[in-house]
Amino acid sequence: MIGLSHYLIVSALIFSIGLMGVLRRRNLLMLFFATEVMLNAVNIAFAAISHYYNDLTGQMFAFFIIAIAASEVAVGLGLLIVLYKKYGSLDLDDLASMKG
Amino acid sequence: MYEAVAFYLFSVLTIGLFLITVMSKNVLYAMTSLAAGMVLISGFFFILGADFLGVVQLIVYVGAIMALYSFAMMFFDATRDIKEKNTSNALVFVLGGLSALVLVLIFAAPIHSEAIQALYPMHEGVGNAQDVGIVLFTKYLVPFEVAAVMLLVAMISGIILAGKKMDLSLTEDMSADDEILTQKDEK
Amino acid sequence: MENLVYIALFAPFASSMFSALFGMSPRQTFVGVIASTLLFISFAASATLAYHVYSTGTAIHVTMMEWISAGDLTIPFGFLVDQVSVTMMTVVTLVSTVVHIYSIGYMDHDKSFNRFFSYLSAFVFSMMILVMSDNFAGLFIGWEGVGVCSWLLIGFWYHKADKPREENPSISPSWAANEAFIVNRIADLGMLVGIFILYWNVGSLQYDVVFAALPDLSGSVLNAAALALFIGAMGKSAQFPLHTWLTDAMEGPTPVSALIHAATMVTAGVFLVIRANPLFGMDEVAGVSYFIAALGTFVAFFAASMALVNRDLKRIIAFSTLSQLGYMFAAAGLGAYWIALFHLAAHAFFKALLFLGAGNVMHAMDDELDIFKMGGLKKAMRWTYIYMGLASLALAGIPFFAGFFSKDAIIETAFNEGTFVLWVILVLTAGMTAFYSFRQVFLTFHGKERYDKATIHPHDMYKFVLIAMAPLAILAAIAGFFMGGYENFVTKLLPEYHMSEHTHHIAWLLGLLVLVVAVSGIVLAYRKYANGLKRDEDLENSFIYKLLANQYYIPQFYEEFITKPYAMLSEHMWKDIDMKIVDTTVDGIAKFLYKSGDGARKMQTGNLSNYLNWMAVGAVILLVVAAISAMLV
Repeated sequence: MIGLSHYLIVSALIFSIGLMGVLRRRNLLMLFFATEVMLNAVNIAFAAISHYYNDLTGQMFAFFIIAIAASEVAVGLGLLIVLYKKYGSLDLDDLASMKG
Repeated sequence: MYEAVAFYLFSVLTIGLFLITVMSKNVLYAMTSLAAGMVLISGFFFILGADFLGVVQLIVYVGAIMALYSFAMMFFDATRDIKEKNTSNALVFVLGGLSALVLVLIFAAPIHSEAIQALYPMHEGVGNAQDVGIVLFTKYLVPFEVAAVMLLVAMISGIILAGKKMDLSLTEDMSADDEILTQKDEK
Repeated sequence: MENLVYIALFAPFASSMFSALFGMSPRQTFVGVIASTLLFISFAASATLAYHVYSTGTAIHVTMMEWISAGDLTIPFGFLVDQVSVTMMTVVTLVSTVVHIYSIGYMDHDKSFNRFFSYLSAFVFSMMILVMSDNFAGLFIGWEGVGVCSWLLIGFWYHKADKPREENPSISPSWAANEAFIVNRIADLGMLVGIFILYWNVGSLQYDVVFAALPDLSGSVLNAAALALFIGAMGKSAQFPLHTWLTDAMEGPTPVSALIHAATMVTAGVFLVIRANPLFGMDEVAGVSYFIAALGTFVAFFAASMALVNRDLKRIIAFSTLSQLGYMFAAAGLGAYWIALFHLAAHAFFKALLFLGAGNVMHAMDDELDIFKMGGLKKAMRWTYIYMGLASLALAGIPFFAGFFSKDAIIETAFNEGTFVLWVILVLTAGMTAFYSFRQVFLTFHGKERYDKATIHPHDMYKFVLIAMAPLAILAAIAGFFMGGYENFVTKLLPEYHMSEHTHHIAWLLGLLVLVVAVSGIVLAYRKYANGLKRDEDLENSFIYKLLANQYYIPQFYEEFITKPYAMLSEHMWKDIDMKIVDTTVDGIAKFLYKSGDGARKMQTGNLSNYLNWMAVGAVILLVVAAISAMLV
């Protein structure tokens, strides 16, 4: 029988994959993909908890997370385009202009 | 039984697809596998009885967001493989593995608390969409409206950021500005 | 009546604040005028209150607000206007008003004219709090307030440079100000300890509560409290061995000397003893009281002996202040509190007059203070001569001037108590007092002009200044006639003191004896100095003369055995402990932070990816911590 823990563990694994992506990638677009992965992982956890505790709150949070993800992509992609126009690259190593 | 089969199938596929997303050098592959993974996640939602959420996931993520990514990709050179100096794998796997391990440990632990009570319980014999709708438009009305405004703002900013001087190259503009500045200096 | 209390108290405060507004701007005469007017208002209110207390015989007690309320400790901001405090209020405000008006003339050419008035009024306000407070805490606030103001005023000409001790015994105004403040701090510690002892044993600081509870306390507690409070009084009233600051404080402007170091602040110690008379008058503390009397007598003689040979006009008057304070303590220590208070008031009048007169002389002589370089000023400064002569007569105790009644009563008290040693010393001191005050008058005003006539053209002060001094002169002359009435008035609060039948019988004889001694002192001074200065080399080189002229070498002694070892100790502490331990530790912390910051700076690569990595490291650490803590619970 599949329990809550199963879903949560899958969610944790996917989240870690996303985290690995964030750590590993230098390309901004790829970083965005990794972020999406992490957001989705969390959504799975929310939906699972919602199901197992018979509570709609989890789903509500998932909705708002999707809304936030959508906004993030809209703004983030706009910024990426501007950056690309300006520097011709999306690699973070090329964009390191804030050295302290 | 079906549930178990579906769960394990989806789990394996999702994890595999997302691994491709994270590891692939090709943007196109990464994006495709991301889209596929998201479809499978909506599968999870359907298994969990969150029909409406699953549909939204399909429409918003797979439909809208992925479409946005693919349009954005047209600005970038997507056919070539991405050359990047990835962070050393050791660090990535240590950190990622550690976080995975700890999270799994935490989530695998039995939940002791008996005090968890449903704040907005689901109703028997009522469709998920109906339930969600009622809660969303009564208890979560204000956050909902705020989210709507946020999306509007995001849309406008996206248009302005990406659409401003679409016809001009920003780099050339800069040099033009520089020329004007140097001329001024000469005067 | 309650409003009058507040007017009397806060008019000087308003004056101080008003003058402070113009503290940094150039001289404005109206500042002085308004300050003087406000002080006069305060005086008028005090005088009305005095009349009220006199006519009704009841004290006015007001509580302005709760001041400190913590646990069992409640100290209200209360003021008590009774026979004792109203006397002080009237004297203080009267002398202050005169001094304020005087200062308009005296400080005429000073560029910090406005600042001076601000300090002066602040001083009067502190003094009013000191005398009017109905509890020891308020008294202490006023006590410290006058300390701060005297520091400000002594060091008023802070820009003057230090000089060696041989040239100027008080080195510089700022040095003298610091000395006064530090010496007073030492005594204030004693005072604080006394207040703590009383609070610890009584649980209140209100005068009435404390005094009512005194009979229940043990003898050792009473003795400790009385002694500690008297140490405080010794500092403020400059009794031996804390007396050096008073003469050095003459570095301040002369009106300050007149107001603070003659008429008001230095009397605070006497006031404290009088105010706490239920404590000092107890049989259990008779030893302390006798000590007070003995010390007072000693200081009276000691200070007078130093005044005999001093050449500095203001210092002579300062020594005489010390000596007269000794008289007051002698009276208070012997239980004649009202006589001490009466002498305090009378002394305030003629001593302020004397100082203001000295200020006139200084003004005329271009700030020259050496009486050996004066002489013959009688003609040029007729009014000052009259005033100073009058004040000296009062100080010397010549009949029918103020000092005659009050000082005589003190000497009589010493006889009456059977303390004949004190009596003999006090009589001798009276003769010395007469000698040195007239030595000063004759050297200054009689004989040939010994100053440089080419550069100095002596002239009397402004008219309004001389007129302003008149009330003091009148009071110095006639105050003694109010002695009987004053006794009736003040003994409603203070214990009565009557001479025994025997003393009463021979009082005229005693008075005559004192008079003879005093007059012979004056005659001696006249013979030696009235016809000009004849310097006696042998005398001036004798050991005793040098000892007296150098103030018994006490300042040098303090310098050698207290100041220098302390400086050495401080330097040792500074170099070996502060620098090597404290500073090194602090520097070490700073260096560690700096180094670690420098090391951590490498994180700031400017590369977003690295930042993300660090963020992930932090998140993982938090996760691990959360997991471990969850496991432990």
